[in-house]
Amino acid sequence: MTAEIIVVTSGKGGVGKTTTSASLATGLAMAGKKVAVIDFDVGLRNLDLIMGCERRVVYDFVNVVHGEATLKQALIKDKRHENLYVLAASQTRDKDALTQEGVEKVLDGLSEDGFDYIVCDSPAGIEKGAHLAMYFADHAVVVVNPEVSSVRDSDRILGLLASKTRRAERGDGAIKQHLLLTRYSPVRVASGDMLSVKDVEEILGISVVGVIPESEQVLAASNSGVPVILDANSHAGQAYSDTVARILGEERALRFLDAPKKGFLQRVFGG
Amino acid sequence: MGILDFLKRKPEPTAGLAKERLRIIVAQERSTRGAPDYLPLLRNELLEVIKKYVHVDLEAININVERDSGHEVLELSVALPEGKQAAATPAT
Repeated sequence: MTAEIIVVTSGKGGVGKTTTSASLATGLAMAGKKVAVIDFDVGLRNLDLIMGCERRVVYDFVNVVHGEATLKQALIKDKRHENLYVLAASQTRDKDALTQEGVEKVLDGLSEDGFDYIVCDSPAGIEKGAHLAMYFADHAVVVVNPEVSSVRDSDRILGLLASKTRRAERGDGAIKQHLLLTRYSPVRVASGDMLSVKDVEEILGISVVGVIPESEQVLAASNSGVPVILDANSHAGQAYSDTVARILGEERALRFLDAPKKGFLQRVFGG
Repeated sequence: MGILDFLKRKPEPTAGLAKERLRIIVAQERSTRGAPDYLPLLRNELLEVIKKYVHVDLEAININVERDSGHEVLELSVALPEGKQAAATPAT
């Protein structure tokens, strides 16, 4: 049994890759899967903070690649889910510390250890770290914001996924591409100030696997080191739960796409 | 729309503009994807040559690589400015 490898990528920075990686990995673990989530952003480690395990990092991804630690030593077991593990990025090495052979060895090791899913949190950009994060993937979650530079960059990433990955090179069948629209504001879409789900789908020619509304709870979750999917009361958390279910093959309708109806006083006085 | 809304200055909605701009740039970038790296350079050098005879902008030169059952065709078109008797003829 080999693990399914999912890369979370975007091209542009700051669109929500790490937030998505943390929630996706947690959601898959909640569905009973054995999951490892790996931070590929060597030199700018952040997944550990979002997962709330930053003080438990002893060994990291680069240590394992270079044989300075075993996978077992470097995997950090999640506090909340016993079948969820984090592999942190190195904070001190430079980005050339990862090699294709080294990454392959780690992914194979995780597969042998019985992991069902490996979530690869890609760095921004299209350079080596991003390339290695996507190279071995079976699925890709392309995180995009409804904003011009993010949409353009994600189209570039979709092109790279279709050509510069192991599956593409071997002709093993295409990577499954999932478009995830984050920081979506139904109010601004309704007023014509933000690209809609349909706009983004039309421009990129692929349909979304989920839409995460802009939500104060995302910041609150990262402040406290708890993936937002665990905040079951927040719209963002529920939207992430739906997204994970869809990636696992379930059919669920999109939610939280409509602007809330205004009350009488709001209609009279605006706001 | 509230009755006091007219007091606020309403900027024009911009999402439609964003969509239109993206549609064009994404289509353009897809058409050059996987094409040889020398195309932009070739385009610039062609512009220099064409400028010796007639004044055109970089945007007037279109280069595409079409793949057609096993062989590649380099397609080149130059839009000449209107109203002038062109000294050069569009190449295809």
